[in-house]
Amino acid sequence: MNILTVSQLTAHIKDLLDSDDLLQAVWLAGEVSNFKRAVPSGHCYFTLKDSGASIACALWNSLAAKLPRLPVDGEQVLAFGYVSVYEPQGRYQFYPQYIEPAGVGRLYAELEALKARLAAEGLFDQARKRPLPPLPRRIGVVTSPQAAALRDILRTLAVRYPLVEVILSPTAVQGADAPPQIVAALERLYRWSNTVEPLDLIIVARGGGAIEELWAFNDEQVARAIAASPVPVVSGVGHETDFTLADFAADVRAATPTAAAALATPHRDDLAQQVRDLAGRLQAAMRRRLAADRLALEQARRSLKRASPQSTLARQRQRVDDLSQAAARQMRHALALRRARLEGLVARLRALDPQAVLARGYAIVRVLPAGAILTAARQVQPGDRLSIQVADGQVQSVVLETEP
Amino acid sequence: MEDSITFEQALKELEAAVQALEAGDLPLEEALKQFERGMRLAELADRQLSQAELRVRQLLADPAGGLKAEPFDAWEGDNAQ
Repeated sequence: MNILTVSQLTAHIKDLLDSDDLLQAVWLAGEVSNFKRAVPSGHCYFTLKDSGASIACALWNSLAAKLPRLPVDGEQVLAFGYVSVYEPQGRYQFYPQYIEPAGVGRLYAELEALKARLAAEGLFDQARKRPLPPLPRRIGVVTSPQAAALRDILRTLAVRYPLVEVILSPTAVQGADAPPQIVAALERLYRWSNTVEPLDLIIVARGGGAIEELWAFNDEQVARAIAASPVPVVSGVGHETDFTLADFAADVRAATPTAAAALATPHRDDLAQQVRDLAGRLQAAMRRRLAADRLALEQARRSLKRASPQSTLARQRQRVDDLSQAAARQMRHALALRRARLEGLVARLRALDPQAVLARGYAIVRVLPAGAILTAARQVQPGDRLSIQVADGQVQSVVLETEP
Repeated sequence: MEDSITFEQALKELEAAVQALEAGDLPLEEALKQFERGMRLAELADRQLSQAELRVRQLLADPAGGLKAEPFDAWEGDNAQ
């Protein structure tokens, strides 16, 4: 006969349980009851039960401290842990390592499965992502007209780029009705863009909240509707740490509604600087151009001095000086140039040029009586009268013969 | 100048004017035209940036199944404060 002590028997039972693979790593679902936290140890004791059975549970303080929150009586939970024996009381117990509300685990598992399925379809592919237009003219916004998210977006757009026009497509953003409403709001914008006024991009937004409140943006139909958008979509849902399927389906994911509005638009201060830079380049190019023309005039003046009678030279020099001064004025006041003065300058420059050419021995031939300038042999017949303009006057002549 | 020209268009044409002038091969008359037009475009673009006000409309479905975009008072909530 083999006689055991109570301790020996209990130790044997404990060994049996501790060596069972299933009992050492169990996911256990049940309802919490009799939840107590001991003072001062902080260890938690409660019962998990279902309609047919119950089991005592002991949650050590160190593990309890790591949970986002402690379970409460009546709550359905999913716990991971092991089963062992509490020897002083001869009682088997469940020792949870981790506990979460029962619904959340299932919800996340479903979300992960859906995400994997849509990813496998290619809905989230990087290759599908479109760049945002640099200067949008019209932006569609899908959000709740009452929510702070809309104010954040509109305020950001008003500060950064008020040139843009906003078409708000209102929708509920939380609750059971939100997903179909979001899809409908998106489709209204698509229709508007395709048939009435083209949109450059669409912002889909919702302010921060508990993850349950963002859940509409994890809906499959919402993700598909976003992916099907004819124009680029920027998502701004929740806070920095929240990622929804809407974010994955969008062309660009912004952390918040405000960030979405900022990503979608340039800042007008940057654009004003760009305009100033361009205007500066324009003025610099014009100054260089006028300086070069002034140099050319100077050269023309020198060649006139060599080729023209003194009286003409004096007149030309006067005109060149006038023009040079005008050019200098233009350089100093390039910003304030007025059309009339500029056209006067152009006319005088134009008048000067043929004269300089004539002085070098070229001539302008006009066909009389109309006075059209002769540029091709076929313009005249033998016997036509011509007027030849040379530097100091006219020579009248008659066409003898033409050769093509 | 065409005051109805969009900012985007003004910026594009201003860039074109700068490039044309910087290329340096325009006849003088054309260069002056480009310069004047460029300066007016720059003023226009700057004015648009500083004077623009955000316009917001709300898209609603009418009973007949059509769509209409109605003015939306974006700052309604703010006025009460």
